Formats: sequence, C-alpha cells, structure tokens
Amino acid sequence: MNKHLQLSEVSIDFPTPKGPFRALDKVNLDIAKGEFVSLIGHSGCGKSTVLNIVAGLYQATEGGVLLEDREVNAPGPERAVVFQNHSLLPWLTAYQNVELAVRQVFKGKKSKSEMRDWITHNLELVHMTHAMDKRPDEISGGMKQRVGIARALAMEPKVLLLDEPFGALDALTRAHLQDSLMEIHADLGNTVIMITHDVDEAVLLSDRIVMMTNGPSASIGEILRIDLERPRKRVELSGDARYNHFRHEVLAFLYERQRKVEKIEAPQASFKAQQKAA
Amino acid sequence: MKSTTLSNISTNPGRLLPTRDQVMLIGRSLMLPLIGILLFLFLWFNAARMIHTSLGEFPGPVQVWEQTTNLVTEHQEERQREQDFIARQEVRNAETLATDPQAKVVIRPYTGKPTFVDQIGTSLFTVLSGFFLASLIAIPLGILIGLNESVYAAVNPLIQLFKPVSPLAWLPLVTMVVSAVYVSQDPTFSKSYLTSMFTVLLCCLWPTVINTAVGVANVSKDLLNVSKVLRLDALTHVFKIILPASLPLMFTGLRLSLGIAWMVLIAAEMLAQNPGLGKFVWDEFQNGSSNSLGRIMVAVLVIGLIGFMLDRAMLLLQKKVSWDKNAILR
Repeated sequence: MNKHLQLSEVSIDFPTPKGPFRALDKVNLDIAKGEFVSLIGHSGCGKSTVLNIVAGLYQATEGGVLLEDREVNAPGPERAVVFQNHSLLPWLTAYQNVELAVRQVFKGKKSKSEMRDWITHNLELVHMTHAMDKRPDEISGGMKQRVGIARALAMEPKVLLLDEPFGALDALTRAHLQDSLMEIHADLGNTVIMITHDVDEAVLLSDRIVMMTNGPSASIGEILRIDLERPRKRVELSGDARYNHFRHEVLAFLYERQRKVEKIEAPQASFKAQQKAA
Repeated sequence: MKSTTLSNISTNPGRLLPTRDQVMLIGRSLMLPLIGILLFLFLWFNAARMIHTSLGEFPGPVQVWEQTTNLVTEHQEERQREQDFIARQEVRNAETLATDPQAKVVIRPYTGKPTFVDQIGTSLFTVLSGFFLASLIAIPLGILIGLNESVYAAVNPLIQLFKPVSPLAWLPLVTMVVSAVYVSQDPTFSKSYLTSMFTVLLCCLWPTVINTAVGVANVSKDLLNVSKVLRLDALTHVFKIILPASLPLMFTGLRLSLGIAWMVLIAAEMLAQNPGLGKFVWDEFQNGSSNSLGRIMVAVLVIGLIGFMLDRAMLLLQKKVSWDKNAILR
C-alpha cells in the first residue's frame, strides 16, 4: 500500500501543574491516497489531539507525521481542517469566507476570474450557490457546515481533516451532509480523516475505522476495514448483514472492550438538593 | 435592536383609533421620559428658590431659559457686528482705491470676543481632535498588547498606573512641555488649544487600549486556527481576523474614551484658558454678575446634551460598522 500519510510513534505530553500528562502514546497509522479513515473512541481519548497533530496545530512530543515523505510541523492549507462548529468568519458572506481561503492558497497561481469560478465551483459541490451572499448568522447550522467544507475543499488539500463535522447537527441534516460528503469523496478522491462519535456514520463513510483506546496514554486499539463497495446507500445497507456486522464490531469495541465508566458524581446530587430546596 | 418607533405604531390599517397596545407603547416610549423631565423641572424650580447665594438666587428653569435666549441673541448680534465691520471696511477700502489706485489697502480681521456658540465649536474641535489622536495611538497599542502576552505583561503595570491619573495633575506638566517645545513665530495652533488637547488625549487613551486588548485576546480559538491553517501573514491576520472580531469591544472602549474625553476637556479648558465651554464657565464664575449662575447652568445643560449626542454618534457609527446586526447595542 502506498503511504500517503504516515503517523509513526506519535506521542504527546501536555504540561500540567502535576507534571506532564501523556495524552497519546505511540500512535502508528499509515493512510493511503484517497482513503477515507474515521477515528472513533470515547470522549477524551485523544481523537482530536491526533487530528490536531496531523493539522500541525499541535506538535508531537515524540514521533512525527509524514505527508508525502515530508515532515509536518506547522499548519498549512494542504491539510485543510473542517472544525466542529464551522468556524466561519461571521462578518463575511459564504462566498467571502471561501474567497479568503482561495486568495491565500492560489495567490499568483489563478487569475481573478479563475478564482471566482473556483469559489463558485466549490460552493456548487456542497450545494450552497443559492446562499453564497448570506452571512453565517443568516443560514442554518447544516448550511454553515457545508460552507466550512467548501472552504476546506477549495484549498485543494492533500488531506482533508474533519473534526466531528456533523456533531452539532440534527439527524436528518446530518444524513444529508453525509450523502454530500460521500458524493464529493467519490468525485474528488480526497484523502480524508474524520473524527466521529457516530457508529453509523463511521461505517457508512469509511474505508477503515480506527478505534482508539481510552486515555490517558490513549493509542490505537483496533482497526476495522470496511470493504463495502461504493457507492453506498444508507437505506439498502441498513438491511445488509455485513453492514450490521461492522456496526456490531465497533459497538462491541466501544461498549465491551473499551467500556468507559463515567463517574456519577456531585452535580446530580446538588441538583436534587436544589429541587428539594425549591 | 428591537425598538418601537412612532412610525410603525401609526401604521394601523383598517382602524382609525390606535389599539390599546399601541396606546400603551406610545405611553411607554413617550410619556414616561416626559413625566421624568417634568418632575425634574418641578423639583428644580422649587429647590432653586430656596438656595440663596452671594450672586442671588440659584437659577431655576425660567432664568436658565432666559439666559439661553440671551446667549443666542448675543451670538446673533456679534455676528451682525462682524458683518457690519467687514462691510464698513470694504466700503472704506473701495473709497481709498477710488481716490488713489496705488494705495495699499489693509484688510483687518474682526476681533470680537467669541460667543457661546463659537465656544461650543472650539470645545468640539478640541475634544474630537484629542480623541482622534488618542484612538490612533490606543487601537494599535491595544492590538499589540492583545496579540502578545509578553507585551501585555510589560505594558500592563504602566496602564494601571496612568489610568487613574486626574487630568488636573497632567495639566501643569503638559502646559510646561507645550510652552517649551511648541515654539514658533507663526503658530498654527494656540498653546491653550494644544495643552487642552494633549490633556484630553492622555486621559482618554486607556479605555480604548484596555478594551481593544481584551477584545483581541478573546478572539475565538477556532478563528485563530483558521488563520493558522490558511497561513495568513501577520497583516492579513490582523486586518481580516483580529480587527473585525474585536470590533465590538473596541467600540465599547472608544465610547468610554469619548465620554472621558468630554469630561476632561471642560476641566482642561478652564485651567488652560482654551476658549471653549470650560473657559466660558470659568469666565462667568469670575465675572460674578447676577446672570452668571444662570449662564453657567445653561453651559451645564449644553455640556450634558453634547456629551449625550457624542455618545449617540459613536453608537450610530458602531451600528454602521458592526457585522453582528443582532447584537443589542445601547
């Protein structure tokens, strides 16, 4: 398999008053060009940390990341990130948000009219041309996330990093955006790393699901290859035995092998006390 | 901002009389402030009659109204005198030239004393120029401090030290420095103007610096990450991300600064003898005629009104440039 993106022995310590806290320990992962990889795990297991290291926003304490055999040590548009809460600039319209990215990445490479076409093209990919002159506060959460994806795609990234892109959306909007994302991935063949909490989303979209153990010192627990043929249709797959097998595998990992026992502690008690007082 | 204006109350299709709700709304937006003002006038009227000073009774609403009309009349008369003076001069010059075309004619400027209206103009010019210069320094400084924690740590003690200093403490120093440094044969600006302006500047820097810095330091981490991923250069980063994001707090600072500038100005003008409202109050106080207190009271009300209008103007500007049209600005 060709190694487009390599994570080798990636470990990271965060400084705390009690000394360094090891969040990730020896994460090894090779991702091929055009592959769609999901990271799944309980909250706090360091999924976002992995993504941030690939993005260059965090620096690994040990080990490192190679993209096309070059070390990643700073953020850059060839590793575009779609953040969980869209992070569009609220004072710019959808078009201008994408434009900011396009101007920055294609400065001196595209003419003005080429840039305009490229921006419109990317907004078309996410079906947002009808609202491209609206500002983020004038459009819905799903639409904002679409613009966020358009902005990332417009950078022509070598790797597209999605940090729980649909986490804040309702189920219907989420399904809709997942379909869009599959379409885009089929068309453009981007290499994608996506963080998710949603088992169905992971199975439906991914070529491989990387399941992470619980922190501290989180690492990769198991990797599940999803060899369902594409294009995938969610309704057909819901009755498919293989699909349900994969789903079962992920659920078993999350809730049996890596079961996380959340402490049920003080806040609830004090809530009850408040109720009594009232 | 949600507000009910008279224009959208009066649109009442199909009914001639306003509905109960509309009456209530008119009452709220119009009657309550009116009742407040009337109550204040009543209390003022009665309280003023009980205060006797060496310059006579404390001025009540009636005396203040009389002095207001007096001041306006004086202004109009002064303008008339100026026009007459210029007309007489022109006639005289024309006559001189008629008898002797080679004669040198002198055009003398009119040198009457500034009227109340002129003084308002001087005050406004002084405060706005001081405020403008202060903002020119404060906004970049605030951005620098907000961007860099080391700069913040270095500058913060100084800000905290100078922020509470009264304008009256700065004034003697500013006066001496202006006299020493601003030496010219043909000064464009009077020294009293410069002294007042710099005092205003020194006192109104701080709220803008502090609020801008807080605004810049609190720009959302996500937006900063966007900037990093895009590898924006420092200038683009500041102009495309930092400035717009910190605009709301910056304006809070600017409005506080302008309020302080206007308050400081009156004190500065009194002591620096800059021919503005501060000097007007001081001169009337020294003059000590039976009208003086009334005229000072007019100045007090005008100062308040202008301060209010300056703040409203800033608010309008803020609404104009603000990207967050849902924000409640008041």
